[in-house]
Amino acid sequence: MTEASVAKDAVAAAEELVVLKGVNKHFGALHVLQDIDLTIARGEVVVVIGPSGSGKSTLCRTINRLETIDSGDISIDGKPLPEEGKALARLRADVGMVFQSFNLFAHKTVLENVMLGQIKVRKADKKAAAEKARTLLDRVGVGTQADKYPAQLSGGQQQRVAIARALAMDPKVMLFDEPTSALDPEMINEVLEVMQQLARDGMTMIVVTHEMGFARSAANRVVFMADGRIVEEAVPDQFFSNPRSDRAKDFLSKILHH
Amino acid sequence: MTVKLTVLSAVGSLVWGTLLAAMRVSPVPLLRGAGAAYVNIVRNIPLTVIIVFSSLGLADIFGVTMGTDNFDIQGFRLAVLSLAAYHSAFVCEALRSGINTVPVGQAEAARAIGLSFSQTLRLIVLPQAFRSVITPLANVLIALTKNTTVAAAIGVAEAASLMKTMIENEAQTLLIGAVFAFGFVVLTLPTGLFLGWLGKRLAVKR
Repeated sequence: MTEASVAKDAVAAAEELVVLKGVNKHFGALHVLQDIDLTIARGEVVVVIGPSGSGKSTLCRTINRLETIDSGDISIDGKPLPEEGKALARLRADVGMVFQSFNLFAHKTVLENVMLGQIKVRKADKKAAAEKARTLLDRVGVGTQADKYPAQLSGGQQQRVAIARALAMDPKVMLFDEPTSALDPEMINEVLEVMQQLARDGMTMIVVTHEMGFARSAANRVVFMADGRIVEEAVPDQFFSNPRSDRAKDFLSKILHH
Repeated sequence: MTVKLTVLSAVGSLVWGTLLAAMRVSPVPLLRGAGAAYVNIVRNIPLTVIIVFSSLGLADIFGVTMGTDNFDIQGFRLAVLSLAAYHSAFVCEALRSGINTVPVGQAEAARAIGLSFSQTLRLIVLPQAFRSVITPLANVLIALTKNTTVAAAIGVAEAASLMKTMIENEAQTLLIGAVFAFGFVVLTLPTGLFLGWLGKRLAVKR
């Protein structure tokens, strides 16, 4: 490698936060991810949409290695994804994740949920962690629920706590795996508003969702997946008003016109 | 003596059983295999055989003295060791079924915030698993309490051997038998009721 290309790589690494190259994954005979190449820049909000079973959730989960991949490379902030062990745990701490089913720790209070990672992973002291947790809970609008258990909260509140829990780790990038799919319609907005605020604050976000409104208003880029491939990538306006691929046209016609 | 035997063996079997359960769900195949082998061997051997082996085998042949020359103390310690070793297999299996009641998402969320495997197990999965298996663990504890009588086989002066001595000295077989049976009910019934109540109280709401 020449010196010039090393320097160029270093610059690129600062810009490119998440890079997937030639990623393949199989579930048995099913080829769920086929030669995925995707680069996400720092501060970018990328929304991944597509029909069910197109591999978008799997894609999201490979980025913090909750799903392993069969071939290809994934790197985050210039560092390749570690295999297992401590290095992987460290990396996951830098990658916030929000799940479809919230997955708040059911035996801990809301406050403890947000404090746990700070104390056990970041080794913050209890007082500072509690303070930060309360600030974050206020920011997502559930500050008054801090001492309740997750089961006592509505879905929308739980999901906002889950976002606060992820934010407490000061992540470099946030992954959202269908964050509103398990919510009642009236609770979807409260979660989306928090996410839009995050996007405005410059958080790097990868969002798998069916919320086209959110994709339109908050995304820098829309990635359309079908059958394990990235079929189309475009800025939201272009994608929604003038999709290039037939598959995307078909998908949009089904969801946008009732 | 029975109570002391029960409490010490219960603590031992809970600790060792939890470790076994951790082994059986660990990502290391060797540990998984060792845990599975232990459980399947130990729970399928009659307790009497284990206890007699500990006395005749461990102590007499291999010279394991459990840190004492006093035969009574040695017998007691061997009995605790055997009871704990035997019941830990059941504790392990109860816990493992408890671990299966904890949704996968809990562990995924724990790993996603950067907790290691052992932290995930200790802080998230096991606390929830324990709460869901309190009632089955009460079963194991009750069985353990009654199984302490087997320690009579190696001469530990617990309730059953006491009863045997008394029956040999007195003629009141039925009465003495009833008194001792009642004694065990007094020990185990509150245990079961208390743990049943505790299990309900601590149940994790989802």
